[in-house]
Amino acid sequence: MSTYFTEDHEWIKVEGDIGTVGISSYAAKQLGDVVFVELPEIGREMDKGDEAAVVESVKAASEVYAPIGGEVTEVNEKLEEAPETVNASADSDGWFLKMKIADADELEGLMDEAKYKAYCDGL
Amino acid sequence: MKTEGRTTTPVAANMNSIQTVSGSKALDQATQLIFETGTPRRTGIDFPEPKGRPSRLGAHARQGEIGLPGLSEPETLRHYVRLSQKNYAIDLGVYPLGSCTMKHNPRLNEKIARMPGFADVHPLQPVSTAQGALEVMSVLSHWLMTLCNMPAVALTPKAGAHGELCGMMAIRARLDHDGASHKRRVLVPESAHGTNPATAVQCGFTVDEIPANQGGRVDMDVLRAKLAGQGKESDVAGIMLTNPNTCGLFESDIIEIAELIHAAGGYFYCDGANFNALVGRVRPGDLGVDAMHINLHKTFSTPHGGGGPGSGPTVLSEALKDHAPVPYVIKTDDGFDLVENPDEKSFGRMCAFHGNMGMYTRALSYMMSHGSDGLKQATEDAVLNANYVQASLSDVMTTAFEGTCMHEALFDDRFLKDTGVETLDFAKAMIDEGYHPMTMYFPLVVHGAMLIEPTESESKGELDRFILSMRSLAVRAKSGDVESFKQAPIYAPMRRLDETLAARKPVLRWTPPADVAEAAE
Repeated sequence: MSTYFTEDHEWIKVEGDIGTVGISSYAAKQLGDVVFVELPEIGREMDKGDEAAVVESVKAASEVYAPIGGEVTEVNEKLEEAPETVNASADSDGWFLKMKIADADELEGLMDEAKYKAYCDGL
Repeated sequence: MKTEGRTTTPVAANMNSIQTVSGSKALDQATQLIFETGTPRRTGIDFPEPKGRPSRLGAHARQGEIGLPGLSEPETLRHYVRLSQKNYAIDLGVYPLGSCTMKHNPRLNEKIARMPGFADVHPLQPVSTAQGALEVMSVLSHWLMTLCNMPAVALTPKAGAHGELCGMMAIRARLDHDGASHKRRVLVPESAHGTNPATAVQCGFTVDEIPANQGGRVDMDVLRAKLAGQGKESDVAGIMLTNPNTCGLFESDIIEIAELIHAAGGYFYCDGANFNALVGRVRPGDLGVDAMHINLHKTFSTPHGGGGPGSGPTVLSEALKDHAPVPYVIKTDDGFDLVENPDEKSFGRMCAFHGNMGMYTRALSYMMSHGSDGLKQATEDAVLNANYVQASLSDVMTTAFEGTCMHEALFDDRFLKDTGVETLDFAKAMIDEGYHPMTMYFPLVVHGAMLIEPTESESKGELDRFILSMRSLAVRAKSGDVESFKQAPIYAPMRRLDETLAARKPVLRWTPPADVAEAAE
């Protein structure tokens, strides 16, 4: 299982042809207290960079983009009732959606954890 | 000197330790909810029960009590006057809410708007009996078109975002009229107002964002790349640009932006929310703008507040003017008339009547009392005041971008780095200093943004006091006094509210406590 990161602070954990998508703890900290999460419909086909979800905090509303293309197979419904999970556990329990990966080659342009950490340090 | 029996100096005491039984603090009076003050069993007015009239409501007649509280007239009056006294207002002090232009609302405007001929006019009365009102609309239109150097204006939009909608619908109508249905992409810079992309989507366009460059302006390389080599075949319908932008900066490449968009067969929508930084100095028509809304409730001093009423007249270029909405005023040999029916080019009607008349009289009163030279000076003073604030604070706070600003000064939170104090805490501490906080965390492109718009109506003395407060807060934050910032506001009627809980679990309905509910059974 490997995790990849985007410059827009999404992460995707890949297991076989299923990818789990969330936002990084850096992003969650920058947003502040998350108050609302809007998740996509199951079955939706997304291209890389499409708007996959919306996350709203006390400071701002932001889009969450699909790190790579695929079809939504599952969403984390817990976030609708308990959006604070994103702040408490952005990297695991605060996941947004799972997708069936359309083209694993798209992962190549993304960052690994070390690269992403260096990228955040530079911001 | 005899001082016995009457103390003339305050007794030294820890004032904060006194808890009053009533919860009031002298003139800061404790206020209950109106549901707690009144009860459904009481009424302030004695009307006799209607008798002898059959109900015509049938199945629609109310089945149970609706539980509205009954209050006497003095109770009602006190409730709302107490609430109003807890409110901050432009009539109480500096209101530096950036991007909102909280300028003074001259009392002359109110006097004119209350003249019975204006105040009592009805939209359905015959136009022959409302000639004065129509003339106000005609003269206001003339002023707006002249200040903008644009050939047409739609007065009807009722707010800034409504004006945006008007402009984008005119662009859409023109594109459809020309058969350019492939043009559906609208470019929106990162530094635009948040309503801009929303308006574009509402009109059936897709939004393509242009990032800001290091200087806080449109990244021209990205813009050129998006338009390169396609000419009028490009799918770009236009651009929505705010100028000055939300960073308080003039888009210095605006002429080239207009030329690039026009070369691509697109139209240039300018968000005129910050037109108060340009009036009398810059005419949008000279910059190549095709459509721009003007917030009368910002630039032309009509009131904000209570959610309205706003007014967002939209000026249109030669290319778009035939697509303007109805109704509009024309001058005929017999006086003024309203054109009510759209021709085939007009995109139609935006609201039932002709917009917010009360704002037209106020705005025109402001314009005519200032004159063209006075409007120009107001613009210059607004920019001067913002730069005075920026220059006076730049050594203790950090400005987001280098150089002078337009009508608002933008700071980021670098000066708070490692202090433990955040932009939010800083804003709350401003409440204790007696000021409405500045706009915070907007624009999004600046980290921990603090956007300060003093407007032209503040004197130097008032600005100096404001600056002194801001400087002392900045120094206190850097001195390591985190705790007082986290506690703030300390002196406000309500202390720090749990905004997160309010957003996550909002309580939108008052429910009576159990004993009251039982008693009513």
